[in-house]
Amino acid sequence: MLTPMELTGSLGIVGYGLGAIGPGIGVGLIFASVIQGTARQPEARGAMMGTAWIGFAVTEALAIIGIALAFVFSGQ
Amino acid sequence: MGWLTPLETGGFQAPGVDSFDFPPPFPGVPWLDKYMIQAIVSVFLVAGFWLIMARKNKMVPTKGQFVGETAYFFVRNSIARDMLGHDFKRYLPLLIALFSFILVNNLYGVFPLTLLPTFSHVGWAYGLAALVWVIYNAAGIIRHGPGGYLKRTCLPSGVPWYMWWLIIPLEFISNIIVRPITLSLRLFANMFAGHLLVLVFVIGGEYLLFESEPIVNKVAGAVALVFSMAIFGLEIFVQCLQAFIFTVLTAQYISSAIAEEH
Repeated sequence: MLTPMELTGSLGIVGYGLGAIGPGIGVGLIFASVIQGTARQPEARGAMMGTAWIGFAVTEALAIIGIALAFVFSGQ
Repeated sequence: MGWLTPLETGGFQAPGVDSFDFPPPFPGVPWLDKYMIQAIVSVFLVAGFWLIMARKNKMVPTKGQFVGETAYFFVRNSIARDMLGHDFKRYLPLLIALFSFILVNNLYGVFPLTLLPTFSHVGWAYGLAALVWVIYNAAGIIRHGPGGYLKRTCLPSGVPWYMWWLIIPLEFISNIIVRPITLSLRLFANMFAGHLLVLVFVIGGEYLLFESEPIVNKVAGAVALVFSMAIFGLEIFVQCLQAFIFTVLTAQYISSAIAEEH
């Protein structure tokens, strides 16, 4: 039977792509809020950035766990 | 690792996990691999930098002293003092050592003679996170005693008693178990993914430019090679950011462990 397109590889990569959507939205929301806050009150920027980096790191951890798991499950 | 192989040539090997395997340069000592050599050199670099900077301090700083003071004040003011409050001085040496050690080891990823971030090997990140785990737990236990620290860590104040069965395991898992894992994986995976990205651009661009026939591929390869310089710029940003974030999170974990009210 003739297949129109054959793809080989690991579904883990597709899973990681799907898994990166959530952290992507989360990181976007964090920095959108920082930009808004800076526009409303420019002198509070330093305090906001400190919190924002921690929030960024915590949100980004999801994507990071995703890429680690994509490599873990890529062999199966 | 075969999904990027072009059908007509079959010669391209996509970079993958095995791009991070380096045979030890000296056959007799298997533990002395490239990562270990880089880390040992970085210890001397960091120690030398701070020793030279601290040697002759004058009232009117010279240019060199200005550089050292700026680096010192950055960690002291925007990391240690913001996060830890009034007793930041006890943990300042740890934070400065962590920040400069991670920064040097990350910047190895763009330094032409090494081109490999040390923390792209997960064991190094595990070791560093284990050190931080021991330190923030020990700081909390010394401050509050074992029982008091465990109670403060696992039970935020103000939780009604009928929610304890849910909150206590959740807080224990998140504060004691997940923290060191995310701390190490964040550093490792950023360095790993960044190095992999550079490899894809450079190796793929080189393959397209020199080893494939169609003119479109050659143009794409040249563009990829030029664009890899921008990727290196992005990498420098990510490497500095990860060194900063690792230090900030360490300070935050210590501050939440020694805080009076959780």
